[in-house]
Amino acid sequence: MTATQAAPGGVLGQRLLRKEDPALLTGEAQFVADLNVPGALHAVIVRSPVAHARILSVDVSPAMSVPGVVAAFTGKDLEGEWAGPLPCAWPVTPDMKSPAHLPLATDKVCYAGDGVAVVLATSEYAARDGGDAVAVEYDPLPAVVDLDDARSDRVVIHDELGTNTSYVWELTPDQAAVDAAFADAAHTVHGHYVQQRLIPSAIEPRGVLVIPQPFNGEYTLYSATQIPHILKVMLALTVGVPETAIRVIAPAVGGGFGSKLNVYAEEALALALARKMRRPIRWIETRSEATQATIQGRGQIQDIELAADAEGRITAVRVKLLADMGAYLQLVTPGVPLLGAFLYSGVYDVPVYSFSCTSVFTNMTPTDAYRGAGRPEATYAIERVIEDLARAVGVDSAEIRRRNFIKAEQFPYSSAAGLVYDSGAYEQALDRALELSGMDGLRAEQARRRESGDRVQLGIGISSYMEMCGLAPSRVLASLNYTAGGWEAATVRLLPTGKVQVVTGTSPHGQGHETSWSMIVADRLGVGPEDVEVLHSDTAIAPYGLDTYGSRSLSVGGVAVAIATDRVIAKAKAIAAHQLEIAEEDLEFRDGAFTAKGTPERSMPLGAVAFEAFTAHNLPDGLEPNLEASSHFDPPNFTFPFGTHVCVVEVDTETGLVSLRSYTAVDDCGVQVNPLIVEGQVHGGITQGVAQALFEEAVYDEDGNPKTTTLMDYLVPAASELPSYVTDSTVTPSPTNLLGVKGIGEAGTIGSAPAVINAICDALAPLGIHDMAMPATPERVWRSISEARGEEAKGS
Amino acid sequence: MKVSVAVNGAARTDEVEPRLLLVHYLRDVVGLTGTNIGCDTSSCGACTVHVDGESVKSCTMLAVQADGAEITTIEGLASGGELHPMQEAFRQHHGLQCGYCTPGMVMAATSLLAENPSPTEAEVREGLEGNLCRCTGYHNIVKAVLAAAGAGR
Ligand code: FES
Ligand code: FES
Repeated sequence: MTATQAAPGGVLGQRLLRKEDPALLTGEAQFVADLNVPGALHAVIVRSPVAHARILSVDVSPAMSVPGVVAAFTGKDLEGEWAGPLPCAWPVTPDMKSPAHLPLATDKVCYAGDGVAVVLATSEYAARDGGDAVAVEYDPLPAVVDLDDARSDRVVIHDELGTNTSYVWELTPDQAAVDAAFADAAHTVHGHYVQQRLIPSAIEPRGVLVIPQPFNGEYTLYSATQIPHILKVMLALTVGVPETAIRVIAPAVGGGFGSKLNVYAEEALALALARKMRRPIRWIETRSEATQATIQGRGQIQDIELAADAEGRITAVRVKLLADMGAYLQLVTPGVPLLGAFLYSGVYDVPVYSFSCTSVFTNMTPTDAYRGAGRPEATYAIERVIEDLARAVGVDSAEIRRRNFIKAEQFPYSSAAGLVYDSGAYEQALDRALELSGMDGLRAEQARRRESGDRVQLGIGISSYMEMCGLAPSRVLASLNYTAGGWEAATVRLLPTGKVQVVTGTSPHGQGHETSWSMIVADRLGVGPEDVEVLHSDTAIAPYGLDTYGSRSLSVGGVAVAIATDRVIAKAKAIAAHQLEIAEEDLEFRDGAFTAKGTPERSMPLGAVAFEAFTAHNLPDGLEPNLEASSHFDPPNFTFPFGTHVCVVEVDTETGLVSLRSYTAVDDCGVQVNPLIVEGQVHGGITQGVAQALFEEAVYDEDGNPKTTTLMDYLVPAASELPSYVTDSTVTPSPTNLLGVKGIGEAGTIGSAPAVINAICDALAPLGIHDMAMPATPERVWRSISEARGEEAKGS
Repeated sequence: MKVSVAVNGAARTDEVEPRLLLVHYLRDVVGLTGTNIGCDTSSCGACTVHVDGESVKSCTMLAVQADGAEITTIEGLASGGELHPMQEAFRQHHGLQCGYCTPGMVMAATSLLAENPSPTEAEVREGLEGNLCRCTGYHNIVKAVLAAAGAGR
């Protein structure tokens, strides 16, 4: 299929080209770093090079003699600027421990990258020179980088907490039933997996620019953020500026993947310094800085056990997690494991369930949400350990899944963990993925290669996933102790010329909301998508909003847009009925016009109604002028996308090199607004999961020194390391929203890492290799092969 | 130091610090911010421009080293209100999401086709290995470049 320009009406489901593209393709779009304001001071943060130390002294005076430097401050100098610490919005348990976290450290640094001073200068170069001149004396303390070591409290990082354990969170609806299931099981299997830390690596680093109006006390803050609305509220509380005096704008934002879903020290600093200096303040992160100062993802150690009957039907799932919070709790750090907590039973019909998570502080960069947040981890664990179950039972990977799938007719399905899955057809997606991947031919080739002892072995890995997204029903968030709601706001207005303006509280950074929201509105109103303008990411234009993360934008924000559109139509209908002198019931709205049923010549186009609503010369009594309506949609449930991915790898058994030979993904995100955009999300999502499986890991040495501080050490994959993907979809609408949509932003990442590792293990199964740690680098794979061969040699 | 260059066809001379990187010169002195910065180790390719027709990572070069050169940035690619065929191919094939890698990717892709007008998929993938994209998984970028090559034949 090729992309087309859509005709008005019936727009939904077309592969419409994106409105966003021309500006981005020509350099016209403006990212934060592009907004240089005359007179702005450039800020550079002086960061701790050590992971854990007392600060003995910070001397900023040498910076002051660098030409161009205007001011420099230590953490202590700015202590009085803060009305509160940097926020954590998710105290998951009432007794959760959270250390005070100021934008600049005052007494102690707790990770390499912790800020200790800030230098302001008239140019970026001068500010860097100034930063280099600041002299800091540290008294190093032993660092905690191992999670078990953290839990032992050998070294307590935050003295005032008395322990490194932040919280223990449990979800055990029926512990006795779980124990009984394990006692009665015909088969039990246990998986122990390490979710290595990942660096999100949006290609645009972070950046912030604050422009003050010193005399009227207002501030405009531009940030490379996913969350302008949440940021505004949180900065008001942290910096002590009234919420009404802060306008936050997210201009073009170069990717986020969760890393820009936060309230960062630099944002608070820029605002506080703009207040203090009465001048615009600009800070642009460097890539090396981003590898330390921007949150990291994953960082969990998982133990999962399955109990099953003789046929391999799972009777219980038991999970224990040890999660790495890093040095401090950022915005939703403690909640990330909870987003996976309900999903360790995966796509399977599991009667009883138990989960517990212990979360600890370490001397490393704080963790937080990274694409999938908790759900890739959960999916990985269940989709890996089920392979062990297949082996124990003696059936293949597809068969063990079929035996355990929740069947299409079981939806809506109440899970043992307490969720209600909206809809699903899991087996259909598996069938389609197997068919598309050419499974039979692959197995034959695999057998040949095994037979002939080929140096390059073939492996096939399956991953069937589901996830919960569309964050989130506000009442569910309340039950999880999250301190905000999960609704989304939209306003739709018809302008006098019949053009349409949409205001959304979502804040895109690559997802194409302008295109998709236009399509939703155009489809309902019968206008062209080009006649719809979508305004977003500016708190002065869109005062209400909860922003973009957790694959929520379409299934919450897009649905709000649809509801608001329908409200506009309802009001327009009343006006049209009045104008045509006909009862509302006798009018129907089709193809952008209100038409009398049975008498098509009595008709009024929507544009004419809009003009009448605007002039207000002849409206029904009591009806206000203009056509505008809003919706604040609080979803009744999450949405639950699903799918099956099949990965085929070639493993060079001499070098350990793993190459992706093909990758097939069949995803179901319900009704698709724009399949072109859906596929793009799937491609990018798969790639980030593949990257975790094969390439990426944030490495720290035993002293907490980060070893992956550039893109030369941290291996974000390039085009040359990846294949083209085969994608397809099934469509199982969600019954919980009027568009029938589910999320797709994270699904690819959630499904892909286990498919890759399963494929590697499948390739190496004849050697007795059934597990492979991530990332499966050539060295790691080669070592495992050598060890296995050594064992073989010893055994024979 | 003085640097004289032609940027997108317009000649200019500026007084610059010797250590000023070409990318900062283009962005901060010339005021063309379409060329992006994504790293500090010449790894990401977001800053790719053409210097005398060759694709160059503009963060690897000092402004003064470009003295006398003709430089083309992403702003110089579209002409007469029409997207360049490579930009159009990226649009048609959804080869961009957030768009941050895009200017560099498009510049790298045009010079790839200038050198090899009919590349295979593998050659496109190899040819773009110095340009990182975090959003697209490269699938549609590769498709776009192959389509642009096909259209140019
Ligand atoms: S900014 Fe030049 S290669 Fe990354
Ligand atoms: S489109 Fe976002 S980095 Fe390439």
